[in-house]
Amino acid sequence: MAIYSTNEFKSGLKIMLDNDPCAIIENEFVKPGKGQAFNRVKIRNLKTGRVIERTFKSGESLEGADVVDVEMQYLYNDGEFRHFMVPDTFEQYQCEEKLVGDASKWLKDQDNCTVTLWNDAPLSVTPINFVELAIVETDPGVRGDTSGGGGKPAKLETGAVVRVPLFVQQGEVIKVDTRTGEYISRVKE
Amino acid sequence: MHKEWQPTCTIDNLRLRAQLFQSIRCFFSARDVLEVETPLLGHACGTDPQLDFFTTDYIAHPQRDTLFLQTSPEFAMKRLLAAGSGSIYQICKAFRNGESGRFHNPEFTLLEWYRVGFNLSELMDEVSELIQFLSPGYLSLNAPQRFTYQDVFQRITGLDPLTFSYADYSAFALANGQPEALPICGYEHGLWLDFIFSHYIQPHLGQSALCMIYGYPACQSSLARLNSLNPLISDRVEVFINGIELGNGYYELTDANEQNRRFDEEIAIRLESNRPVTVKDKNLIAALEYGLPECAGIAIGLDRLLMVLTGSLTINDVLSFPVHRA
Repeated sequence: MAIYSTNEFKSGLKIMLDNDPCAIIENEFVKPGKGQAFNRVKIRNLKTGRVIERTFKSGESLEGADVVDVEMQYLYNDGEFRHFMVPDTFEQYQCEEKLVGDASKWLKDQDNCTVTLWNDAPLSVTPINFVELAIVETDPGVRGDTSGGGGKPAKLETGAVVRVPLFVQQGEVIKVDTRTGEYISRVKE
Repeated sequence: MHKEWQPTCTIDNLRLRAQLFQSIRCFFSARDVLEVETPLLGHACGTDPQLDFFTTDYIAHPQRDTLFLQTSPEFAMKRLLAAGSGSIYQICKAFRNGESGRFHNPEFTLLEWYRVGFNLSELMDEVSELIQFLSPGYLSLNAPQRFTYQDVFQRITGLDPLTFSYADYSAFALANGQPEALPICGYEHGLWLDFIFSHYIQPHLGQSALCMIYGYPACQSSLARLNSLNPLISDRVEVFINGIELGNGYYELTDANEQNRRFDEEIAIRLESNRPVTVKDKNLIAALEYGLPECAGIAIGLDRLLMVLTGSLTINDVLSFPVHRA
């Protein structure tokens, strides 16, 4: 794997730090006029999601991390693993539930998502930004209420619970923003 | 759209730069300080172990020579002082290889001036007067502040910068969640001071005020002379506004032997740390041997000063074409 020096630490670069794959978020060059130059770097640990700040002596280097984002189709859950497939190659990957994390509540069979691979093994799963899911459970709505104020919880087919306007009914399909978990609109069948 | 041809600063900021230069010239002309120009290309260069330079090939057929782009006009200006120029100033470009970031561009603009007969305190007075002359209309500043390095270091960190204690310094770094400081700084007093000062002290300096820090530890004296009363400190000053380092000044070292010794020491450090080899400026040593008048001098980064005056977050906002568009 390539070696990257502090001046190559651009936002988005994937590197190895303390044996974990990490992504550079921000890199600030700090140098007292007559002193040692440092780089203060904000780094996200791609395994834990935690963001840390670390200072390096300018010119220090880190090994790159073999981390790639791959578009995949979610196939099924066998109880232990979630299974994904690369549509072009039919190559399949299995992923432990704990790595899927929060993404699991947005994953519907056959839907696309992004699987981040580290050394060709799944590291994390990111759902697409907008998903369309059916409501399996919600209180009967109040007809004619289109104000959207207030709202009520609705359970979706994947298990996620989102707040929806009062007029939205059980059985309807809605569009949700997976980044915020917010209801966007009803989807006309 | 490809916008790389365009300047990164606004046309307003170009105008402000022109006004700033004009005001600086007014300020020094009223004080009878002579404007000078010295070469950007020289046969020698600063030996500062923390600075990297650019070199270029000079072809004077049939000979070839390596010339250095100057990291500061200091040596040439001191030769003028020794030759009897009296107080002088210069607005010029300086070049430092590898320095690029929110506050750095490898090619930048300096205002450097020397006052014959001034000590460090008189120089600090003049820096305050200059900033008070330049800032109205752009920046409203509180009264200038002056602290010793030791005072400000102790007040903010509780550590004594003049006495190295690995135990205390590393305990401070660990308590502040920066264990990486230990392998970075090791047992080097100067490195610890750079680390702690730039991370924990500098960001607090000069909130809406000009803040001058003087009495730097002797291990950070660079080209300043050591204080006549306390050999643990040097007569060096650094200038900050809103946490941004603007300049660095000295009560200048006039002792040729001491200068020669520091050159050799710095060249040895450069060799040890595999930095590019530099050439000792024999002309500067000769000038000091001839006699540099007692003087104090300082350099202010004008791009950074423009950043402060305009409240810019990055140096690109005040440069026409930073290095990636140059």
